[in-house]
Amino acid sequence: MIPVAHPASAAARSTAAPAIEVRALCKNFGTNEVLKGIDFHVDHGEVVCVIGPSGSGKSTLLRCVNRLEEPTTGTVMVEGVDITDSETDLDAVRTRIGMVFQQFNLFPHLSVLKNLTLAQQRAKKRGKAEAIEVAHRNLAKVGLAEKADAFPAQLSGGQQQRVAIARALSMDPDMMLFDEPTSALDPELVGDVLEVMKQLAREGMTMMVVTHEMGFAREVGDRVVFMDGGVVVEQGKPEDVLGNPQHERTKLFLSKVL
Amino acid sequence: MKRSTRRRLTQGVLYAVFAAVVVFVLLAADWATIRAYFFNLDVAMGVFPEIVTIAAKNTVVYTAIAFVGGLLLGLLLALMKLSPVLPYRWFATGYIELFRGLPALLVIFGFAYAIPIAFQWRAPGGNAGAGLIALIIVSSAYIAETIRAGIEAVPKGQVEAARSLGMNGPWTMLTVILPQAFRIITPPLTNELVILIKDTSLLFIAGMAIGDRELTTFSRDALTSQANATPLVVAALLYLVITLPLTQLVAKLERHNKRGR
Repeated sequence: MIPVAHPASAAARSTAAPAIEVRALCKNFGTNEVLKGIDFHVDHGEVVCVIGPSGSGKSTLLRCVNRLEEPTTGTVMVEGVDITDSETDLDAVRTRIGMVFQQFNLFPHLSVLKNLTLAQQRAKKRGKAEAIEVAHRNLAKVGLAEKADAFPAQLSGGQQQRVAIARALSMDPDMMLFDEPTSALDPELVGDVLEVMKQLAREGMTMMVVTHEMGFAREVGDRVVFMDGGVVVEQGKPEDVLGNPQHERTKLFLSKVL
Repeated sequence: MKRSTRRRLTQGVLYAVFAAVVVFVLLAADWATIRAYFFNLDVAMGVFPEIVTIAAKNTVVYTAIAFVGGLLLGLLLALMKLSPVLPYRWFATGYIELFRGLPALLVIFGFAYAIPIAFQWRAPGGNAGAGLIALIIVSSAYIAETIRAGIEAVPKGQVEAARSLGMNGPWTMLTVILPQAFRIITPPLTNELVILIKDTSLLFIAGMAIGDRELTTFSRDALTSQANATPLVVAALLYLVITLPLTQLVAKLERHNKRGR
């Protein structure tokens, strides 16, 4: 495994503003209020796990961070940049935010290597040779160096998700968003994906992880945020939130999943 | 009677009826006339090689022009129909509904005769060119709907993945959405192509110069001048020579594309 060299600029930014800062965020789908005034932040180098029952708004919160969902009201700041501002170059901000989806969303018509180089060339304007080199390095990192020429359909779900992680890493993002990355996987394939995520966390990657994997949250998370009904119910160190929850709703949820 | 016996008896009767009809047709048909007027070797030799070097070639060229033109215009219309800009959507919808609702023949008349008369306009390529413009306009309306359906069939997660990587809208459309959409619509697009091959015969009505004639016009002219139907049979065979390999090729392409899905 090759350690990630963090750009000096990221360290410089870290003193100025949190990696992610969400203030008074509301999101409605029609008349359905999914987020009801969320205040939330992720510091540089922090691993924050967001847990909660389905329909609690945790995925919507994550998707608002790179504006895949349009916030109804409130602000979302990424490294001090207001991404809800129409003047912000959203594409440029997004190249700094890696995202991993529940359904992998690899490009099925492209080889694994092309999956990793496409956005490097088109969005980061990297040369072909550099893009390929970065791609190979990240494939090796997720343990799939020999799959560069395979097509996504030829890979298992776990392999596909690791390719998706490598694809996001190939943009050299400052932070990674994970939207239930193991929920679509067969149980025996979950471990490999979690192992890659743990490795990333050890290297100091800033991570926001929406997950149902309580073991991962406890072991890797610096902070656990419990959401229910569109609000943050409680948050804190994993051992506190998971081991000694203060709120009834948290206790009820944990009693069902643990 | 046992059930199996009865079934065998029924089948025997069906075979007998079929054989009787075949024998009757073979005996009753006027084979000499059929051979002389539909499969006349001398007449067939007379239309070669022009029926291939001019007529079949023109059919292929017209189809290619109309298909490429229809694809480009159809793609533009499909993107307009999916545009967030309302007037674009209105225009695309109006265009598609209009030209899918009109007979192609009427549109060809319009471009080959009505517009030239009204505006003293001559299409590039003469009447054949005017007819081709009409074919492009009509086929693009059908192709636009096919492409739109293909674009909408690409899962939403594909756009989200591309956009989350920082790719802009046009690049996402070009490198992620359209390649997948075209794989999805390969079968219906082939259908459009085969229909277009046959629709080039409608250009007949535009009235074409000698060297511009395609298979149907050419063979009809030969039919008249020779007072013999053999040229039509030759043209029919040539149409099949063009269409059958195409459908085979596309079936092969589809199997190849499955690898990437």
